Amino acid sequence: MIELIIPAIISCILAFFVVYFTTPPLIKILVKKNYTVKDMNKKENVMVARPGGISIILGIVVSEIILYGFFQLNEILALIITTTAAFLIGYIDDRKVMGGWFKPVTLAIAALPIIFLGAYDSDLAFPLFGDVQIPLLYLGLIIFMIPITGNTINSIDVLNGVASGFMVIASFTLSICLFILQNYEIAIVSLPLGFVSLAFYKYHKIPSKIFPGDSGALTLGAMYGVIAIIGGVEIIAAIALLPAVINSFLFLSSVKRVVEHRQIKGKPVEHTDDFKLKATNDKTAPVTLVRLILAGGPLTEKQIGFTIFKLAIFSGILAIISAFMMGVSL
Amino acid sequence: MSGLYGFLFAMWSLIIIGGGIMVVLLGPFTIQQFGDFHWIITSGTKVSIAFGLIVIWILILSKLKNYIFKKELKF
Repeated sequence: MIELIIPAIISCILAFFVVYFTTPPLIKILVKKNYTVKDMNKKENVMVARPGGISIILGIVVSEIILYGFFQLNEILALIITTTAAFLIGYIDDRKVMGGWFKPVTLAIAALPIIFLGAYDSDLAFPLFGDVQIPLLYLGLIIFMIPITGNTINSIDVLNGVASGFMVIASFTLSICLFILQNYEIAIVSLPLGFVSLAFYKYHKIPSKIFPGDSGALTLGAMYGVIAIIGGVEIIAAIALLPAVINSFLFLSSVKRVVEHRQIKGKPVEHTDDFKLKATNDKTAPVTLVRLILAGGPLTEKQIGFTIFKLAIFSGILAIISAFMMGVSL
Repeated sequence: MSGLYGFLFAMWSLIIIGGGIMVVLLGPFTIQQFGDFHWIITSGTKVSIAFGLIVIWILILSKLKNYIFKKELKF
């Protein structure tokens, strides 16, 4: 057991402190280079540094390289390559406005190392009912999974601290589930995601000093997707991510096509005089999780963030129950 | 707000039930009469059935969404 505990502790400490210590200088550099965007939910003209994906990927790569030194698993190699590719895709999108096709197509290509390195098991495990063998379908699932998890996390990156805070809850839930399922090595491989998100949350929480940008959100989402595949916990991972899945589902079912957020004309939310957020009556605007939360009345940005975190904790509990149900067969 | 928790729980239940149907339907499914190609034919058929199940899952979810959020979705 000691051979698992030492790498786990070292990688978690590194993941946390690399992000914790590299983010402040990154903020200074980004501000100096004028890589800032307006925080739309603040009364004053607040400019926030972006993208924070650089410190996130640094924390992930450093900690996972250390883990590779201990375990030498192809799964870790696949994770590093796919996550780094997702970061680069996001970084290109941060710097240059790309078409709606760019992220889904390139993220699908970024998933290929998982297949080439054989870092997957083609059995899909369901709670209570057991496994189903779907070798051909599973390849499609790998290619679809990374764009879906990447864009799902990107789509909830709408308020200060929400994407990183949500990832803290979802990723630690996934790690707990992997421990419950006694998949210890992948559980340890998954831990840096939670610690990286936690360290980044310190600077991303309200009032944000830095935004993750597409590079940060896609990095977090893609790594989450890779862990789900290499850990064989695709269904549990989807359950832990349900609030973000609901957001994407509501958006797609109202817009009825795959489209970039910036291409949508209608505004789902607007500000009250005291700068709370409230749902609009705009019929052309997409339905989103935030708009649905605000249907009950105006709320502050902080209140909405905590409501989303409560939903994430609820779906995390459902995911943990599902992990226990994996051990039960009808 | 309780509607959102209800919708989350409904989605979770649908995942568990849908997973059960998938295991029961697709698990034992094999086609043997196509010689060496039976593996590809079986997988292709499984893919088609799985896509069909996903479409049904999304349709049920849409109905549920409209039912649970019938007040909130009147924008």
